[in-house]
Amino acid sequence: MSDTQLVSHGIGRDVARKLGLPQPVTLRRYRPGEPLVPGPVLIIGDSAGSEDLATSLLSWELDVRRNALPKEKLGAIVLVLDGVEHPDDLAAPVLTVASLLRDLAPNGRVVTVSRPASTAASPAAAAARQAVDGFLRSLAKELRAGATANGIVLADGVPSSSPSALGALRFLLSGRSAFVDGQFITVGTDSGKLPDDVDRPLSSKVAVVTGAARGIGAAIARTLHRDGAVLVLIDVPAAGEQLAAVANEVHGTALQLDITREDAARRILDHALERHGRLDIMIHNAGITRDKLLANMDEARWNSVIAVNIAAQLRINQTLLSSDALSQAPRIVSLASTSGIAGNRGQTNYAASKAAVIGMVRATAPLLKDAGGTINAVAPGFIETEMTHRIPFATREIARRLNSLQQGGRPEDVAETIAFLASDAAGGISGEVLRVCGQNMVGA
Amino acid sequence: MPAEAEITNGMTVTSSASLRTFRPAVVVGGNRIPFARTGGAYTKSSNQDMLTAALDGLIARFGLQEEKLGEIAAGAVLKHSRDFNLTREVVLGSALSPETPAYDLQQACATGLETVLGLANKIKLGQIDSAIAGGVDSASDAPIAVSEGLRAVLLDLSRARTVPERLRILTRLRPKDLSPDAPNTGEPRTGLSMGEHQALTTAQWKITREAQDELALNSHRNLAAAYERGFFDDLLTPYRGLARDSNLRADTSLEKLASLKPVFGKSLGDEATMTAGNSTPLTDGASTVLLSSEEWADARGLPKLATVVDGEAAAVDFVHGKDGLLMAPVFAVPRLLKRNGLTLDDLDFFEIHEAFAGTVLSTLAAWEDEEFGRTRLGLEGAFGSIDRSRLNVNGSSLAAGHPFAATGGRIVASLAKMLHEKGMVDGRPARGLISVCAAGGQGVVALLEAR
Repeated sequence: MSDTQLVSHGIGRDVARKLGLPQPVTLRRYRPGEPLVPGPVLIIGDSAGSEDLATSLLSWELDVRRNALPKEKLGAIVLVLDGVEHPDDLAAPVLTVASLLRDLAPNGRVVTVSRPASTAASPAAAAARQAVDGFLRSLAKELRAGATANGIVLADGVPSSSPSALGALRFLLSGRSAFVDGQFITVGTDSGKLPDDVDRPLSSKVAVVTGAARGIGAAIARTLHRDGAVLVLIDVPAAGEQLAAVANEVHGTALQLDITREDAARRILDHALERHGRLDIMIHNAGITRDKLLANMDEARWNSVIAVNIAAQLRINQTLLSSDALSQAPRIVSLASTSGIAGNRGQTNYAASKAAVIGMVRATAPLLKDAGGTINAVAPGFIETEMTHRIPFATREIARRLNSLQQGGRPEDVAETIAFLASDAAGGISGEVLRVCGQNMVGA
Repeated sequence: MPAEAEITNGMTVTSSASLRTFRPAVVVGGNRIPFARTGGAYTKSSNQDMLTAALDGLIARFGLQEEKLGEIAAGAVLKHSRDFNLTREVVLGSALSPETPAYDLQQACATGLETVLGLANKIKLGQIDSAIAGGVDSASDAPIAVSEGLRAVLLDLSRARTVPERLRILTRLRPKDLSPDAPNTGEPRTGLSMGEHQALTTAQWKITREAQDELALNSHRNLAAAYERGFFDDLLTPYRGLARDSNLRADTSLEKLASLKPVFGKSLGDEATMTAGNSTPLTDGASTVLLSSEEWADARGLPKLATVVDGEAAAVDFVHGKDGLLMAPVFAVPRLLKRNGLTLDDLDFFEIHEAFAGTVLSTLAAWEDEEFGRTRLGLEGAFGSIDRSRLNVNGSSLAAGHPFAATGGRIVASLAKMLHEKGMVDGRPARGLISVCAAGGQGVVALLEAR
């Protein structure tokens, strides 16, 4: 029984209620074959972009509404704001949403589609576009019962029917994004390709996952395997027993390797190419913590965290990029952390390394562009793992509830986001940092 | 009768529907669990547990999940009677396809190497395309049998039909029948333990204490260095919290080894030289080796580390004292090399199993002895000496430990990787020799060649 269940079932629930603790709901998580959304999808907006989206969603055999029916429960509301020119333009669509929020089904979705403020033609347009940011993040904090609100930001010139716009919308509507809340996904180009089989979007892709023996890494392996990928799983030799168990579960190969070795990249490439003839996806998940207040920090703690969490990734990426072995449209996804965004007491080394990942991802994205490749970072918030279970109970209980979904995420939630960013459909998304944190109040 | 004959790879092979041409068998790779001193990390692990762990690690390394392989062969020296189908049970508990056949093999400490040779021969003959050879032993979880007296009574009781008959049988029971019969390393025909046997041989060949301690020191140093440079990263999968062989003493020294008291050769008095430091400890562990045809490995993009060229077994008459108990490889190696047109100078690696430091040194001494070469090996003089810098370069049993049936697999996988790394020597593939002595005066040796 997870800790979430402890306070949401039986006696635990009664006690929790008397104490006035908020009741976390069981989040809707993706299972192949289940409906994409728990009810009809209402598309609000009158732009050409909203028409295109409606057409696309209809082709997914969803129950699409352009106008709400009275008393009907909605699975999702898509608020298309790609044409707003002035803050005054927001009132009508936003108030339509307001009137329908009570009809949103548990675990429903609100998704905005808008344009970036940075490239707006006028101050008024920039104001309207930026307003979406504050609106959406606040709405996400108001939603209850597992419902989330996220946004898609389309770069100027990228149509709402581009592969990555639709890919991101499918991701946000689905249970794959269960623990993604209050976030924006920026689609920079119309690159990418929607999958032939939505249940196996990574079919025949060869993916490498580091740190795959346990926790989030093992969940990434299972999720990529479910989505059709062929896996090469890496962890330090000392974790070989668990690594072998995961590899046998997902029909992958286990490569016991310390990624800080000089020849690590070469060995990864050789293994992938010899066994599978290609390498499509590289997931940099391996990471360590060596927490100490800076006043007590020693060289070994600082250096080992930097070596594993960022230096190894830099070296591996450099080798991958300079070899001609990477396949067309390669995908790289790195694990950052909300600590790297907001900082965390006792984690100067860890937060530095995770912020460094974000810097690396942004600077590497242009280098991959010509090959149609992408690189992105995923920043998990409080995730229920062996690592977080070692946090003292009270601290842990506060940490896991300090977000809009009032619970910790699961390793699978992080893995789902990584699987999306590793897919062909995410080809227009690069250099981004996507948080999987349930809209954690830390580091918003 | 076969109607026609053809020449393939220099071998004359009769061609008919039932006989096929020879083809190479290659070592794809191996996996073992770290070896643990008895009573250590694997105290609660059975042979089946450990062999399954080693096999599952191999499956994970090479992506063999759900694969239907040609055949799996493995064995254990200390074996429970309930484990009559040990290897097949291990396959059923592993990630392999349950449609993979398996058999048990037992040839004392040569078990592991013999499984490799037997399966390689099946591959060479085209009977199977892929195979896993292995071995396992636990001295911690050793079988303990009831005494012969109690066993006879129990068997008679099960056959008795009447109560008086049963009571009469029970009266045969004596208190001494109730003491259990634990396994030991004693030779049934001499009553001497293996260590005592080797002590006689060691003394016969005048092997000094210093030479034995030096060999033991090199074993530890070489094994420790191999771990340090990551040599075992793709040969070993940790098990039960153990990531390295627990017997390894990276910091041992000649002084420390010299301080140990002799434990074997008590009859030799002050001349005794064999200590716990230059003898292998009782050990628990398991190893596996993936073998296949070239085509099978190529089709899966799997490595081909080495070719299993040839093997040879020998046995000696130790019962009447003609030769030392563990000296059979001394006779097997010259025959193997002669058949392949090679001498000791043509080999780049020597893997001589260190049952005891004295075993290795006695073997080398016998090969260097003029008279022994003439009278016992039928040569014109000494068989030859080896370049000691090529001997057990990544450590051997003195450091790693020796779970009897698991040692062959450990050596084959390690040597195959060493040969592959070495590649070509003077325009020909690097060659390696394996020599494993075994109880009952037996020995099995093998020749591998780099790919």
